[in-house]
Amino acid sequence: MARMTMIEAVRSAMDVSMERDDDVVVFGEDVGYFGGVFRCTQGLQAKYGKTRCFDAPISESGIVGAAIGMAAYGLKPCVEIQFADYMYPAYDQLTQEAARIRYRSNGDFTCPIVVRMPTGGGIFGGQTHSQSPEALFTHVCGLKTIVPSNPYDAKGLLIAAIEDPDPVIFLEPKRLYSGPFDGHHENPVVAWSKHPLGEVPEGHYTIPIGKAEIRRQGAAVTVIAYGTMVHVALAAAEETGIDAEVIDLRSLVPLDLETIVQSVSKTGRCVVVHEATLTSGFGGEIAALVQENCFYHLEAPIIRVTGWDTPYPHAQEWSYFPGPERVGRALQQVMEG
Amino acid sequence: MNEPGHLSLHVPEPAVRPGGEPDFSNVKIPKAGSVPRPEIDAAPETIRDLAYSIIRVLNRDGEAVGPWAGSLSDDELLDGLRHMMTLRAFDARMLMAQRQGKTSFFMQHLGEEAVSCAFRKALSKGDMNFPTYRQAGLLIADGYPLVTMMNQIFSNEADPLHGRQLPVMHSSKAHGFFTISGNLATQFVQAVGWAMASAIKNDTKIAAAWIGDGSTAESDFHSALVFASTYKAPVVLNIVNNQWAISTFQGIARGGSGTFAARGLGFGIPSLRVDGNDYLAVHAVARWAIERARRNLGPTLIEYVTYRVGAHSTSDDPSAYRPKTESEAWPLGDPVLRLKKHLILRGAWSEERHVQAEAEIMDSVIQAQKEAESHGTLHAGAKPSARDIFEGVYQDMPPHIRRQRQQAGY
Repeated sequence: MARMTMIEAVRSAMDVSMERDDDVVVFGEDVGYFGGVFRCTQGLQAKYGKTRCFDAPISESGIVGAAIGMAAYGLKPCVEIQFADYMYPAYDQLTQEAARIRYRSNGDFTCPIVVRMPTGGGIFGGQTHSQSPEALFTHVCGLKTIVPSNPYDAKGLLIAAIEDPDPVIFLEPKRLYSGPFDGHHENPVVAWSKHPLGEVPEGHYTIPIGKAEIRRQGAAVTVIAYGTMVHVALAAAEETGIDAEVIDLRSLVPLDLETIVQSVSKTGRCVVVHEATLTSGFGGEIAALVQENCFYHLEAPIIRVTGWDTPYPHAQEWSYFPGPERVGRALQQVMEG
Repeated sequence: MNEPGHLSLHVPEPAVRPGGEPDFSNVKIPKAGSVPRPEIDAAPETIRDLAYSIIRVLNRDGEAVGPWAGSLSDDELLDGLRHMMTLRAFDARMLMAQRQGKTSFFMQHLGEEAVSCAFRKALSKGDMNFPTYRQAGLLIADGYPLVTMMNQIFSNEADPLHGRQLPVMHSSKAHGFFTISGNLATQFVQAVGWAMASAIKNDTKIAAAWIGDGSTAESDFHSALVFASTYKAPVVLNIVNNQWAISTFQGIARGGSGTFAARGLGFGIPSLRVDGNDYLAVHAVARWAIERARRNLGPTLIEYVTYRVGAHSTSDDPSAYRPKTESEAWPLGDPVLRLKKHLILRGAWSEERHVQAEAEIMDSVIQAQKEAESHGTLHAGAKPSARDIFEGVYQDMPPHIRRQRQQAGY
């Protein structure tokens, strides 16, 4: 075991995968020599050479399109989009191509690619360095969508994603890169070295895609979260003293419905939290599934705590980001319901 | 020169519209044999002229002339003629089948048969094409079974794609034919990625990308050229300029670039322009570009100058936007008739044998169609299983899709 930040864990996952499988290639903007703007690929080019880890032109559709062609040949590309906010030029390649190649060719061709994208806010990133576009992927059949919340999961899930036979969107909450963040921006930054999930095995291991993890056992209410909001939800539970059960989904598609249903059937209450905007966000899907599957167990309406239906602002960062106070208020409200 | 004043928007128009006399006087056709054949390793900047001319081998009299002539034997040319005639007969039958309601949709290749048929013969086994919906000649020239193609078009029980795909969107890894997508241009950059992969693995295989004149306006065309140029990918970038993108004449996509081939020059990619209705020229140019790629000298861009004689698809009526007789005035003629004439001149073919071959080919296509129809057509006979809707979205069916399959009653 070693202490790793999320950046080091993500890098270690690629390192382990490249070491084990010659078909794994890594590329994207600034990913090669420089090692990535977040240092996630640092040292990989020096270790594996320029044909395994290299810089790409600033063309998201080109990066994803080329990766799809490489996958059709038989490679396993793990590519990076510098910010999830810049995935839109590649959206055609991701949704109409990567997601559907296996289906439309009846398995004649497949697309085992991973597209890594730093996601989420809380870093004064403004409109185009803070978005959480996961719902634009979860709505696309044929894609798998993953959002880790800690270094241990990030490494295990990324290795699983690289080994997965289908295209995986891997969203890395950049606010969690260096340390856990519970939304208390006024407090000093905490490092992963002080957190149990900053302990990461150095070698190969995987975390199964499609399995949620209960981060806090509780009996009063189920909080469903992923990414940065897992830490916010945990803080809100502690601060309100409400005995919340916090589920970290980890994988949005495929979704661990069983864990959700078991928990809500036990608690009878449900709060869904995400950074992304409310309307047609992934929280709507979760709320619908909980309503369909747990209707007779529900003792209060399901509440969603999310980003507002606005572009992500700069100066008003902490009025936008759904922090522990807003989540805490929702917990109190759902307990009164 | 005008004085500065109010601005006005320039919107290009084709030379002629319905009711007008077809006019191709603006298409400059150089004499057959007049364009030089550079060395395989020629530097792109030394052959810029080739992006503005048209490489042609067969002259008006049907003779093969000039430096691009002479690479194919009689037997190879007879094979080529048979492939083109088969594609034409196949198209005629499938067009009729669509009119008879046996399938929902079809797209023919009329007038463009030489491009894909000749190109395929210049490739080797293991090379991969990333085709559009108008390169079925790649399959026919590689011996792909006509019955299987028809099964796909009829979406019947023997459809290799299990009824999931629109007709003509074939897929065959074994025949070096990447799964066709309805989304234009996406495959152009995927081809470059495939070629990069072959280079990463120090393989000997190359890729061929395909795109139409209209789709060159898509951003993936640009991405493909950047990536091909940057990584010197072993790929041949083919633009089939058939003058029309549904109702839109090629000038709308081409703008002021003069030719589509010229687009390659800015990327430092050697770019050739070839008579797309000249089987010998297409094959010679394809071989040049493929050898270049194979020797790790990088990508080549080829513009095939041809004409879309038929409607865009079975859902299109070209008489609404171009003169009905325009195809007859097309100065590069018909690829089948031109190769036929050349083979007769060589003493390898005759009018009688051609008539006989036409009948034999049509007969074999009809036989294939009967066999395909025995497996069902879109609205009659055996169908792919509805249970299959849910298969193959992922390698392993996730729980939510399994629940939906059960809900649907399968």
